Amino acid sequence: MTIEVRNIVKKFGSFTALDGVDLKVGKGELLALLGPSGSGKTTLLRIIAGLDWPDGGEVRFDGENALARGAGERHVGFVFQHYALFRHMNVFENVAFGLRVQPRAVRLNEDAIKKRVNELLDLVQLAWLSDRYPSQLSGGQRQRIALARALAIEPRILLLDEPFGALDAKVRKELRRWLRALHDEIHVTSIFVTHDQEEALEVANRVVVMDKGRIEQIGTPGEVYDNPATAFVHGFIGESIVLPVDVRDGRVELGGKALNLESQGAGAGPSRLFVRRHDMQVGPVGSGVIEGAVRRVRAFGPIQRADVALPGGDGETLIEIDTPRDRELNPGDLVGLQPRRYRIFSAST
Amino acid sequence: MTQLDLITTVAPVRVREISAEHDARTEPRLVRLAIIGIAVTFLSLFVVLPLVIVFTQAFSRGVSAYLAALAEPEALSAIKLTLVVAAISVGLNLIFGLAAAWAVAKFDFPGKTLLITLIDLPFSVSPVISGLVFVLLFGAQGFFGAWLQARDIHILFAVPGIALATTFVTFPFVARALIPLMQEQGTQEEEAALSLGASGLQTFFRVTLPNIKWGLLYGVLLCNARAMGEFGAVSVVSGHIRGETNTMPLLVEILYNEYQFVASFAIASLLAMLALVTLVVKTILEGRLQEGQVPRDD
Repeated sequence: MTIEVRNIVKKFGSFTALDGVDLKVGKGELLALLGPSGSGKTTLLRIIAGLDWPDGGEVRFDGENALARGAGERHVGFVFQHYALFRHMNVFENVAFGLRVQPRAVRLNEDAIKKRVNELLDLVQLAWLSDRYPSQLSGGQRQRIALARALAIEPRILLLDEPFGALDAKVRKELRRWLRALHDEIHVTSIFVTHDQEEALEVANRVVVMDKGRIEQIGTPGEVYDNPATAFVHGFIGESIVLPVDVRDGRVELGGKALNLESQGAGAGPSRLFVRRHDMQVGPVGSGVIEGAVRRVRAFGPIQRADVALPGGDGETLIEIDTPRDRELNPGDLVGLQPRRYRIFSAST
Repeated sequence: MTQLDLITTVAPVRVREISAEHDARTEPRLVRLAIIGIAVTFLSLFVVLPLVIVFTQAFSRGVSAYLAALAEPEALSAIKLTLVVAAISVGLNLIFGLAAAWAVAKFDFPGKTLLITLIDLPFSVSPVISGLVFVLLFGAQGFFGAWLQARDIHILFAVPGIALATTFVTFPFVARALIPLMQEQGTQEEEAALSLGASGLQTFFRVTLPNIKWGLLYGVLLCNARAMGEFGAVSVVSGHIRGETNTMPLLVEILYNEYQFVASFAIASLLAMLALVTLVVKTILEGRLQEGQVPRDD
């Protein structure tokens, strides 16, 4: 099943949650919607599921208008952040729910329901819990039951809202790998929402980065990490050193001093220079285009991290750099910095 | 003896002294006894004693006089009327309260705060005023009076009026019991049910209702107790027609004023028993409600 979202607009009062979003999801993809809270990612997911309605735009499943159908008619499996398991039903009944509420004409008989539920419980490896109630399960178990319940109706699309958000770090990592493996097994078109970049980059085939109700970039995990399309994406994904620079006549200036760097087509005026921390080479004075003074040094593990003061902006800018531990570095030292790779974005973008 | 030994031998004694005399959470024994004494005296005077008096008065001429008083046609008619009125108003408030709580807890709409305030109105208005409102609406000189008279429809001084007044006075109970419960439970389970293909009715009967059943029963129970015991509003609209429009509380007053103490207290004892049963069931339901509140780990 393919999903196509066209020019979706959604407002809550005066707040614009989605501001003209276009998105195409291919058959069998596992797509991540990544963004900070308030970026509109969950709203977009709920609109695709039919739990919210857009103020404008289209949603099409295999070219067919999905907005003409209610949530129950879209055959979408939805997994909620806080599981939303039916608290008065045991695990078996929770998973069986979607099968039992079918119209009588198409409803499976009791034996077939039992068989299907047991298959699903085997799939999520929790068959031994079938008599338990949701309150007796751990967070990770609840999430897997919620997934089994969503899969029971043989959904054409699987939507997951912050599926691991409420779990602790270790369980989260485990479930993440498990979800990836499960998707390889059942290949249903899936979208999951997350604010955790590591999760998005590790699990998804493609990542959609959102901010303030708009899509900033769509690409593979490698693309969004290595070639961020906007300043927001560069700042949001991975760790970046950001320097306030000015672009004048195609030259890049820091604190009034011209740097031997390409302006990359950024328009004239205040701009920002983004460098991944591991792309900033640290050497003696004169070894790089930027010069700075070391303020503070912390050493742990294989690296040492230093605060370096640079001229620029109003007064000076403090940045954090990493260097190998064997390199002698003391507060007060002057160092030269050379960005191996960098991006310059106008301040307005 | 080294200094260290000294400390270890002395310290435990100190600790014990402190815990007996100066534990921050424990009052001196005298204060504790006084507080308990006040509570027990108060409860005995204002709750236990009146209850005992109701029953001793009711049985003061023996069991047969008690039973005879209850078998009087007037008494039977009052009991029947009370049951009918309670059934009507509890039934109506079950539906109204459920609908109001559903609307308030699960949806956002303009005027929601106003609705919540209006739900509470019957609690803040004197029952006599509540009754008077219906007199002003349906009385002979009232708003609908002429229209009703022309069609020979009797609301005031008849069962419909009593049921209306009782329904109004007891309206908040079901809604009040449900709103916090439904708000706490949120809408996610309903959304999950809908996305799994359940219809609106299936969602209500399979997900919403099982989740609120204990709260609903709790509200119905309190609503029923109040409906059967309501005096003020009913007194205004009833007209006190003997054997026809007297509910149990009204009959208690009438009999008492006529110095028929055994009969009066016999009816009162029934209401007192209703109160006791309500209390027991209420305690059981509160336990269920507590259990129903599943601890969340998120």
